[in-house]
Amino acid sequence: MSVSRQNRLVWIALASAPVLLAAIAFLQIRIDEQTRSVAKQKEEVLLTSGPLLKKLSLGYDSLLADIYWTRVVQYYGGKLDMMDPHMDLLPALLDLTTTLDPKLIIAYRYGGIFLAERQPVGYGRPDLAAEFVRRGLAANPNEWRLDFDLGFIYFWQMRDYAKASAAFLDGSKIPGAPDWMASMAARMADRSKELENARALWSEIYRSTQSPKVKAMALARLTTLKVLMEEGWLNDEYQEYLRRFGRPPKSTEDLKTAGIIPGVPIDPAGFAYVFGPDGKARLDPRSPVVIEPLPEAPSAFPPH
Amino acid sequence: MSATASSSPMGAAIPGIVAVNTFREAIRDRILYNLIFFALVMIAAAVLVGQISIGIERIVIINLGLSAISVFGLVMAIFIGVGLVYKEMEKRTLYSLLAKPVRRWEFLAGKYAGLLLTLAANTSLMLLGLGAALLYVSRHFERADLSILVAAYFILLELALVTALALFFSCFSSPMLSALFTLGIYIVGVFAQDIRNIGLVTKNPALISATRTLYYLLPNFHNFNAIAAAAHGETIPGSLVAQNSLYTLLYVSLVLVAAAAIFSRRNLK
Amino acid sequence: MADPAIEILGLTKDYHVGFLRKRARRSLDNLTLRVEEGEIFGFLGPNGAGKTTTIKLLMGLIFPTAGTARVRGRSIDDVRMHREIGYLPEQPYFYDYLSARELLDYYARFSGFGPAERRERVERFLARVGLSDAAELQLRKFSKGMLQRAGIAQAILHDPQVVFLDEPMSGLDPVGRREVRDIILELKRQGHTVFFSTHILSDAEMLCDRVAVLVGGKLRGVGSPDEIVSMEMAGMEILFEAREGRAISPRLLERATKTGDRYRIEVPETELYSALELLRSCDARILSMQPLRPTLEDYFLRLVDQNPPPSRPVEVSAR
Repeated sequence: MSVSRQNRLVWIALASAPVLLAAIAFLQIRIDEQTRSVAKQKEEVLLTSGPLLKKLSLGYDSLLADIYWTRVVQYYGGKLDMMDPHMDLLPALLDLTTTLDPKLIIAYRYGGIFLAERQPVGYGRPDLAAEFVRRGLAANPNEWRLDFDLGFIYFWQMRDYAKASAAFLDGSKIPGAPDWMASMAARMADRSKELENARALWSEIYRSTQSPKVKAMALARLTTLKVLMEEGWLNDEYQEYLRRFGRPPKSTEDLKTAGIIPGVPIDPAGFAYVFGPDGKARLDPRSPVVIEPLPEAPSAFPPH
Repeated sequence: MSATASSSPMGAAIPGIVAVNTFREAIRDRILYNLIFFALVMIAAAVLVGQISIGIERIVIINLGLSAISVFGLVMAIFIGVGLVYKEMEKRTLYSLLAKPVRRWEFLAGKYAGLLLTLAANTSLMLLGLGAALLYVSRHFERADLSILVAAYFILLELALVTALALFFSCFSSPMLSALFTLGIYIVGVFAQDIRNIGLVTKNPALISATRTLYYLLPNFHNFNAIAAAAHGETIPGSLVAQNSLYTLLYVSLVLVAAAAIFSRRNLK
Repeated sequence: MADPAIEILGLTKDYHVGFLRKRARRSLDNLTLRVEEGEIFGFLGPNGAGKTTTIKLLMGLIFPTAGTARVRGRSIDDVRMHREIGYLPEQPYFYDYLSARELLDYYARFSGFGPAERRERVERFLARVGLSDAAELQLRKFSKGMLQRAGIAQAILHDPQVVFLDEPMSGLDPVGRREVRDIILELKRQGHTVFFSTHILSDAEMLCDRVAVLVGGKLRGVGSPDEIVSMEMAGMEILFEAREGRAISPRLLERATKTGDRYRIEVPETELYSALELLRSCDARILSMQPLRPTLEDYFLRLVDQNPPPSRPVEVSAR
């Protein structure tokens, strides 16, 4: 073959390669669209046996755990974004991750939150979450943060103050645990301090978490708690006004005028609280602040 | 009549000469280009790890780095190892070499040491890359990071064992078969504990003793796995370091002696 | 008598072939041979005769089924023997990632030279074999002839007493062959012993003090090339035709082969004139007359035929 012929072939190859590659890419996009429209992607965890997977990983199990952890994060985040309340694979993924690497603390911490939170924000099974965190504690007995998480789940989701207190107490005994763990243990039992305790716990979560999603969640909770606490306080002052003057106050202005409160409290959006027809303080209807109701004490959990 | 050279190099010098040449061959064979690939992987990981997972950046870098060092090292140990002796026999470069005052076992020792040297150099450079990525991701080193060095040392011990096995097979078997055998033994060695446990579960005395014998005969590669420990910054006990080192020394000696025995009686074609 | 340079006693090599390695193929049968110091000794034979097998046995690359050998008094089992020998393998192949200089330097290290002497020797022998210009070139780029020269260089770099060359002329052009011949002669002048194998008779003729001939694994004869030269004129080949109307003498016919109209006859020197007389008497047309050159095998078979099959191969007078 002559040189010029060879050169021409080279040029043809160089010119056609990008065109062909682009065509292939386009085709792939169409194929993906087709398969997506044909069937909703089946959710699958191909291997459900943690120990088996650990064996198969030939010693690279902790790397595989990291990879599974990213799957957990993406799975959870994806569900959250789509507002899909069905997070069926979550327990399996978390189980695999922590079987592969029982020392991956972060999996227990966030996994606990993801599992405990009510739907659609979480899996809605605080009992499973507590069990999961307990597993983490068994593998990592010196991790006081897991005791914190456990206590938190009992307190916030399950309203089991005795168990919550016990968890905080256990955690406080671990060397390196901060002092407030012990005081938390003591305060748990006091039901009147429920909202304050909750606020302390959520503040700690807000401070220590590195996940933007969890941070946002904590902020929302703190906002709710602040509102609830202020409403509760205003209810008390409402009663005080009633007792003093024999009639209910019309607004928080009245309370201030009467000298019962030093100033007019405002909600995080800047609106003053109002008193409803039932005499209870609540947010101004024009206020954009949204609060979620606190988790109720569970009586029985529906099986999933 | 001109004088012939009256002396031959003493003691460990001859294996050393062969070792240096083996090392030089590996470098010229561009095998160390795998370092570039490794570097790319680590850079990509360091840059992306923050986006794809929260809170475990260090853990991921250490896991990824050490796992990659292990995998690359294994591939190199097997692929170069199975050709160490075979290539020289096949290409008959061995003919002129064995005409010199070189004992066959000295030749084997030199080839082994040369490849081990290559693997050590490769591992060290990769460790530097790992350190750089770790520094990038977390801006500091911790005391606990010393266990990364120990984990890398364990990987090197593992590679020493695998290389010995590959060299052993290279003395009498084609590269393809040698690679299969070596890889096979490696995988079985990783599962050695499970084999023994299976035997225990059956409660059959014959099977129990058979699997137990197998357990002690096979190289137990699970001894050397410290990647998870390094990722979580746990200290690795000095006694384990000493034991693993001794285990490797003994096992490698066993394999090399067997290889020397086979090779010294082999008729070269 | 002084130790011979090479002494081979009953060296035998069997290869086991077949499915279960049951059948034995004998590639070298009971070789006994002696090469004196300072000799250039040619080891001749057709391809597959066992020449390379013999050399490989001496080098310790393969192991004998029976028999022993010594070089300069040291058994071939002794690694120290290798200090005094050099070896050029047949169709040598070297580490192709090294340059010629690096290769020689590498091999030189096994002989225990100091760095300065090593450098000097490497340069000297590169020049000796004409590879100085190509010293930096990687061996993978070498031609066959260049590899051969590199091989010779590494074989003699350390001034070994005994040099073994397996087909040293193969792959060389006529200039290269002459250079190798010069090297061999120079080695002899320096007092070294050279043992080389070849299947080319003319090279052996030119260089060797003595030759041995190996055919089918067996030693067929040992002697000086003089005998070869003197037997060169083994006779004449005559091609002739019958002239129109004349018949060929029956005594010629019984020894002639006929192809078409042409006859061919081989006549030993002693009978040459009587054959010519016979041809003249029947007025045959002589087409050509050529001296017969004996084949190697012819010569030595004749050697063997002259003496009844001995238990040891015949040794004609050594020079």
